[in-house]
Amino acid sequence: MQPVIELAGLEVRFGQRVILNKLNAALTGRAIGLLGPNGAGKSTLINTLLGFHKPTSGTARVLGRDIRTHAREVRGLIGYMPESDSFIAPMSGVRFVRMMAELSGLPSEAALERAHEAFFYVGLGEVRYRPLGTYSLGMKQAAKLASAIAHGPKLLFLDEPTNGLDPPARTRMIQLIQEIRDRGDLSLILSSHLLRDVEECCDQVLILKDGNIAAFCNLEEERRANLRFLEIETRGSNNGDFLAAVDRLGCQTASGAQGRIKLILPDGVEVRQLYEIAAAQNVQLRRLSHKRDSLEDIFLKAMETPNGGI
Amino acid sequence: MAVYKKTYRPYEGALTASAKRFFVITRYAMEDLRRSKFLNIFYALSFAYPLVSSLMIYLAHNTSALQLIGGGGGAPGAQARGLAAFISINITFFNSLLGWQSMLALFLAAFIGPGLVSPDLANNALSLYLARPFSRLEYVLGKMTVLVLLMSLMTWVPCLLVFALQGYLEGGGWAADNARIAWGMFFGSWLWIILLSLLALALSAWVKWKPAAGGLVFGVYFVGAAFAAMINTVQRTDWGSLFDVGYLIGSVWTRLLEGATRTTDGPIFFRNPQGHELPIAACWIALFALGGACLYMLTRKIRGAEVVR
Repeated sequence: MQPVIELAGLEVRFGQRVILNKLNAALTGRAIGLLGPNGAGKSTLINTLLGFHKPTSGTARVLGRDIRTHAREVRGLIGYMPESDSFIAPMSGVRFVRMMAELSGLPSEAALERAHEAFFYVGLGEVRYRPLGTYSLGMKQAAKLASAIAHGPKLLFLDEPTNGLDPPARTRMIQLIQEIRDRGDLSLILSSHLLRDVEECCDQVLILKDGNIAAFCNLEEERRANLRFLEIETRGSNNGDFLAAVDRLGCQTASGAQGRIKLILPDGVEVRQLYEIAAAQNVQLRRLSHKRDSLEDIFLKAMETPNGGI
Repeated sequence: MAVYKKTYRPYEGALTASAKRFFVITRYAMEDLRRSKFLNIFYALSFAYPLVSSLMIYLAHNTSALQLIGGGGGAPGAQARGLAAFISINITFFNSLLGWQSMLALFLAAFIGPGLVSPDLANNALSLYLARPFSRLEYVLGKMTVLVLLMSLMTWVPCLLVFALQGYLEGGGWAADNARIAWGMFFGSWLWIILLSLLALALSAWVKWKPAAGGLVFGVYFVGAAFAAMINTVQRTDWGSLFDVGYLIGSVWTRLLEGATRTTDGPIFFRNPQGHELPIAACWIALFALGGACLYMLTRKIRGAEVVR
């Protein structure tokens, strides 16, 4: 499988400051999250892939094209939704998006048609003739997404797409991103500091810290693993027998205070069997939950790693 | 696909030639400018001088029309001959035409130049332009083409049309004998247009605020001239004129139109009095330095992302 993005010793310096420190990774996911605290190098990485910054050494390939030698071709494949407000305030939304699509190479008529479609798609159909400067924050974010997808890119860069959105607008934006992802026509890179956004939209995540890769994981695999990772809370006098019976099923267990038990179910063992054992041992299962905060754990672990690096 | 089918679909149609894409910027900018009534009126009025010049050429070659203007008194035809002698179509005539039109071009550059780049910078739109298969050079070319087109129609195009009219009416190889004037106006105008375009774009990229950028374009011309005059007076030299863009461009025009043996003080508004000339090479170097500075400013400011070192 061809990586969407391949980082090959990519280093970017601004003067003497190392911003990206010889990054190596092959990102193959359909939706890749880019996480990291402020100043980690997320935006610099995106800007470098877009050709705004020249790598000091190393290179990167986007959908197989080298950013050093095929920068123009790479940009032709990308749709970019920047973090900050980027538009010409007096222009109407549809005219601006049409112009951007034309700059990407679409003929004038096709650009106009797709600009209208993109505006309806992001839910701004009714306001597409209004000047962009009069849009609310949520509408501006949606207009930026329309501008990023109007020319039909193969790869979408979304830089903090839910920034400043109220809950309904955020939900709508996340739904749009998920819809685009699920169609499978394009890959997307989602840069965010919001773990929830990344968790809801992405199947791979690259965590940056101080210009280094602090962690890189496949969220799909993590989710599958988490389905087998349970936390339960028990009540009853036979907790010891219950624990021994669960062990005999082949589960790895760790007991905590007040009847709390963490366990990993081996393949072939179902949750139902735990209930049966509990009933047989006269133990109450007060709470049973799959481990839910895996990305947060991964992120926090990555942040604890000194100077990043995996 | 109907717009009500709210779904995303990739684009699989043909793409336009990448070499022509910078015209997209030009086209959209032209559409925006067309909406300004002030600019439309200003632009229409800018053709008044070439029209008056054409009329004068026509009168100079039409005795019966001159007699009509001159009225009935005096010997027949004497007054007409007097008027014809008064309207002399020579290097001074074309110098005035070039000077007037070039000054109007300066005003045009100051009015519309800043509006081309500064809104994009003020609204952070450059990252969106440059995230596409579209380079910084194409962006500048696209914006510059707007100014080049409008200023060409205002300067060398009418100048050459007036020259052609004079050549046609005068006949007898006049156009061939005075071809230097035509070439001088053509190349001189191009030099001015490119310099003004670079200046207007660079200042608006640097200042980002339209009125200030427009003011700075005037400032470079008028304040530069005042500064040059001050240096020349205080230091009793002519080298201060290196700061006077009008003087510099005027010197180059004079050389282009008249050659080494000059007979005039240069075009109106762009005077370079005889006896106070600087070496023409120095004028060229100063103009190139100004153009280079503008290019440097554009290179620094027209970027997809700001670099904070």
